[in-house]
Amino acid sequence: MTDALWYLGRGTGVVALVLLTAAVVLGIGARSGRPLAGLPRFGVALVHRNASLLAAVFLGIHLVTLLFDPYAQLRVVDLVLPFGGAYRPLWLGLGTLASDLILVLIATSLLRHRLGQRAWRAVHWAAYAAWPIAVLHGLGNGTDRGSLWLRAVAAVCVAAVLAALAWRASDRFTETARLRHQREGFR
Amino acid sequence: MKLHIDWTACDGRGLCTELLPELLDRDEWGYPLPRDGNPEPAVPAGLDAPARRAAAQCPRLALRLVP
Amino acid sequence: MTAMLHVRRVLAAGPADLATHAGRHGPLPWRGGPGLLIPTVEAAGLTGRGGAGFPTARKLAAVAAGRRSVVVGNGAEGEPASGKDLALLTGNPHLVLDGLQLAAEAVGAARGHLYAPAGAVPRLRAALAERPGWDRVPVELVEAPDTFVAGEESAVVARVEGHAALPRDTPRRVVEHGVRGAPTLVQNVETLAHLALLARYGPGWFREQGTADEPGTFLATVSGAVAAPGVYEAPYGVPLGELLGQAGGPTAPLQAVLVGGYHGAWLRPDTALPVSRAGLRPYGASPGAGVLVALPTSACGLVESARIAGYLAGQGAGQCGPCVNGLPRLADTLDRLARRDTDPGLPAEARRLSALVTNRGACHHPDGTARLVLSSLSTFDHEVRLHLAGACTAGRSAR
Repeated sequence: MTDALWYLGRGTGVVALVLLTAAVVLGIGARSGRPLAGLPRFGVALVHRNASLLAAVFLGIHLVTLLFDPYAQLRVVDLVLPFGGAYRPLWLGLGTLASDLILVLIATSLLRHRLGQRAWRAVHWAAYAAWPIAVLHGLGNGTDRGSLWLRAVAAVCVAAVLAALAWRASDRFTETARLRHQREGFR
Repeated sequence: MKLHIDWTACDGRGLCTELLPELLDRDEWGYPLPRDGNPEPAVPAGLDAPARRAAAQCPRLALRLVP
Repeated sequence: MTAMLHVRRVLAAGPADLATHAGRHGPLPWRGGPGLLIPTVEAAGLTGRGGAGFPTARKLAAVAAGRRSVVVGNGAEGEPASGKDLALLTGNPHLVLDGLQLAAEAVGAARGHLYAPAGAVPRLRAALAERPGWDRVPVELVEAPDTFVAGEESAVVARVEGHAALPRDTPRRVVEHGVRGAPTLVQNVETLAHLALLARYGPGWFREQGTADEPGTFLATVSGAVAAPGVYEAPYGVPLGELLGQAGGPTAPLQAVLVGGYHGAWLRPDTALPVSRAGLRPYGASPGAGVLVALPTSACGLVESARIAGYLAGQGAGQCGPCVNGLPRLADTLDRLARRDTDPGLPAEARRLSALVTNRGACHHPDGTARLVLSSLSTFDHEVRLHLAGACTAGRSAR
């Protein structure tokens, strides 16, 4: 039984990381204002949202299963306060930090209309911190750390985000970049 | 119901022009162009739901429905 | 030519310290409570002198209906061709400040702000220093930047709140929701000056000048090809020729007069044309804030208009897509026409862009610019035809 919990915990963690990666890439795609992969612009935004929510679901299962797994030695406080855990406190702490950030990202996004654009946007930049912290946690924490398949998954995730970031920084990123009068300020 | 566009927030991302094509065209720079020429286009009863969706989805919170 | 008797109401004759002002006009005619002045203002028929001409009594009533209201005197002209607000603020500040106090009483405001350009600040500070004991409501002096859009109503509110003087999206009217959410009266300083006088002398006195529908006098800034450019006061309905005559008369034969400033329209120099809303409406124009620029026949109307359009394109707040993108293209199109580019599609392109920028922004800057461009294409249509053929009435050598 405890083995099953351990496998479920690790498995959902990896799936959550992959979904988080998809959410980041789709978020960058949504920012471009372009239709992508046959999806209309509002579709890209919706898939980004759904990937994030699905990542949160798998993250939730990941946390709950590990809470009940004796090998993980997780207390409830470790789910929220980072770096105080018994098993690999640093790497576990990164996971706690990432999940705290993801919780805030999702909460603020669901309440976007109430918060207003400026506040929402300031918090949403934290996504660029949450993702690498989650990757580091995944690589440093699990008993699979060192295993080839996990490193391969992480490598693909990192490559995808780096490619998306390179696209983000290019001058053909937004659909309207070439069409518009250059004005001061970064939007 | 009318659609109010906050032009200082709008970045011409175009989601609203996809969700409300009957009401909004898009100009050469990407910004929404009300088809009836009204700065605050009237939303007919049948388009109430898509208009709400457009206001909810706008990535810049530049749209709102006003009475 | 016999000397014309020019009316002088808000333009002061001579020094205007508080003692002289009190001697000239008497003490502030307080009404004793909110709302009590409004019927007088309504009977007088005072309308805003900032350009829009909105009935002042209606505006006062709208703000008075709210609670914890605020009053702001708007002296930020912004318009390069206008100098009346500066002239009034430096020449007769106590009349404006009286009007601000009376407006504050009328709407039940506990504080006021005076939004003024840098050039008027020293004089206003000195005037305000004379007024403790005279004023009932504290007045904060707020400096307005020297930009075209700084005088726009929502930009005024923003600046008074301490933010940049840029127009805002206003889902609710400023009279209901303005400075920090309070009902706010933003009133042009000339309107406040007229208010201060009619509160003392009555609606009958106010209506002795002007027309029945447009009573009272207004300040006009006359410039261009006139002998004595400057700020002059005249009753609404004054013939254009007479107003130009006050400014010394044309120095050369005129081909057109820009009426209403940079967001106004070019009109044929008809000396009998009454300068009033009613008189100018058939020509698609309005007195606006009283700006008149006389264009001589030796100049090129398109070159002048292109210069103005270029200036206006650079004066946008940079917030709204259609304006940021459309105005430079519109100015560029008119500029090409002014430079005698022979592309026959230019006038149509200017019209297309004018329609595209109109009513698509947080303020009316793009609308006003489009109006100016369309007016120049219409009034100078003969010039347009010549330019497309590579020539010009002003006869300057090509390029």
